[in-house]
Amino acid sequence: MNGIAISVKNLSKHFGPVRAVDGISFEINKAELFGFLGPNGAGKTTTINILCTLLIPTSGEAMVNGFNVVTNPTEVRKSIGIIFQDPSLDERLSAYENLNFHGMIYHLPSKIRKARIEEVLNMVGLYPKKDYVVRTFSGGMKRRLEIARGLMHSPKILFLDEPTIGLDPQTRQYIWDYILNLAQRQSITVFLTTHYMDEAEICQRVGIIDHGKIVDLDTPAVLKNKYNVVSLNEVFLQVTGRDIREEGSDEKERLGQFLRARNKLR
Amino acid sequence: MDFDAIWMIWLRDLIRHFRDKIRLLGSITRPVLWLLIMGTGLRSAFNVHGISYTQFIFPGIIAMNLIFAAMISTISIIWDREFGFLREILVAPIPRSSIVLGKALSGSTVAFIEGLFVLAFAPFIKINIPLIHLLLLLPLMFLIAFVCTSLGIVIAARMTSFEGFGVISNFVIMPMFFLSGAMFPIDNLPHWISFIIRVNPLTYGVDLLRWDTLGIRTFALYIDFLFLIIFSFIMLGIGVLEFSKRS
Repeated sequence: MNGIAISVKNLSKHFGPVRAVDGISFEINKAELFGFLGPNGAGKTTTINILCTLLIPTSGEAMVNGFNVVTNPTEVRKSIGIIFQDPSLDERLSAYENLNFHGMIYHLPSKIRKARIEEVLNMVGLYPKKDYVVRTFSGGMKRRLEIARGLMHSPKILFLDEPTIGLDPQTRQYIWDYILNLAQRQSITVFLTTHYMDEAEICQRVGIIDHGKIVDLDTPAVLKNKYNVVSLNEVFLQVTGRDIREEGSDEKERLGQFLRARNKLR
Repeated sequence: MDFDAIWMIWLRDLIRHFRDKIRLLGSITRPVLWLLIMGTGLRSAFNVHGISYTQFIFPGIIAMNLIFAAMISTISIIWDREFGFLREILVAPIPRSSIVLGKALSGSTVAFIEGLFVLAFAPFIKINIPLIHLLLLLPLMFLIAFVCTSLGIVIAARMTSFEGFGVISNFVIMPMFFLSGAMFPIDNLPHWISFIIRVNPLTYGVDLLRWDTLGIRTFALYIDFLFLIIFSFIMLGIGVLEFSKRS
């Protein structure tokens, strides 16, 4: 188990009749930068939600940092940092308060907490704005703050669910430089989902998921060779087809509907 | 028990609460309206236990502010779910029981403070509370606030929309308030109403408050305490189960 950060075996998640994740298996090495690609509704976010202990799989097994996500969620939670696809900041609090509270629930002692807050705020260029309420921030600033928060407790494994969506190219570049630098220096494992193929090109390996199944998984170079194309974008289109996916069947939407239905039934 | 987590949740809710000035206004005007309008309007119609009606409902009005503030405070759970912050809490390595306890304590604190506003009216309606009873009143108010918040948590944990919570809380808060003995004495009532009053935790809370402020009570003190404590334990237990559930 030593060199492996995440191991997934025959993992499935069904929401009623919908098989959001359908028997996927893969392993991610420690300190690897792994890209998880797929069209909307392919099962990316559901997979992340299982790996970060928010969802229970219907069947199969998932180990994160050597701990089972179902039977040992607390140890998994200690090992990971996550930047969600949707905002999860408290907009009524200041940037500093958001980070301070994050440090508290990850049990950073107050001295270290202060130092880390300063460090991550400087890293995303928000230190001068630390006492402003988050509601007054632009979309890009909120995103940067979330990234700062996800990194604050120095997780061993970092989940990034479309982290740079809605950011301008400058900010994207800046954040990527930082994540790459950090991943190398502290040998963090990064599990990334993205729609930007240039971001996927940086990954050591990419897995392509569609309709809940992994359709291919290898290094970007091998994949391009295999399909005899020059870009990962073309690999993606060849593997997943050219049809536009229903936005309505977005996983988050579906999960929300499922949870609401479940609550009504009970 | 994870004290960091409890402290964080408590502190965050209090910071948020005191940044919202409008809510403070509601908690002050509500008791004024009730004491003034109901107390004055019904003064001539009632004469119970030899005290004025305004005095009689005074402990009930304290209870009203407690239950309103406590239930409304638990909306933050729905708010957090809707705006994503709940996930930040749920992926953190903290026990679910600490999340629920933090929420229960923050809601109770807010409600307790709003209950204190009502106390300021005591001199105006000629209620003199001896110092010892005044000091005893504080933990009693906190206990009642805690009971109401723990009930609110169970409701909010199962709700997925603000509208739904509004409907449910109206179905819960208003009957609980009216059928608690807050507004009228609970002896000599029809059976069915008497039954509801006896299973309503607020009844025992109002009984405690009225005993402490006016020296009038319906139940033995140990029954009041037992009912309130057992009820809040059951609610907290259900709350922890709700938060531990992963689909």
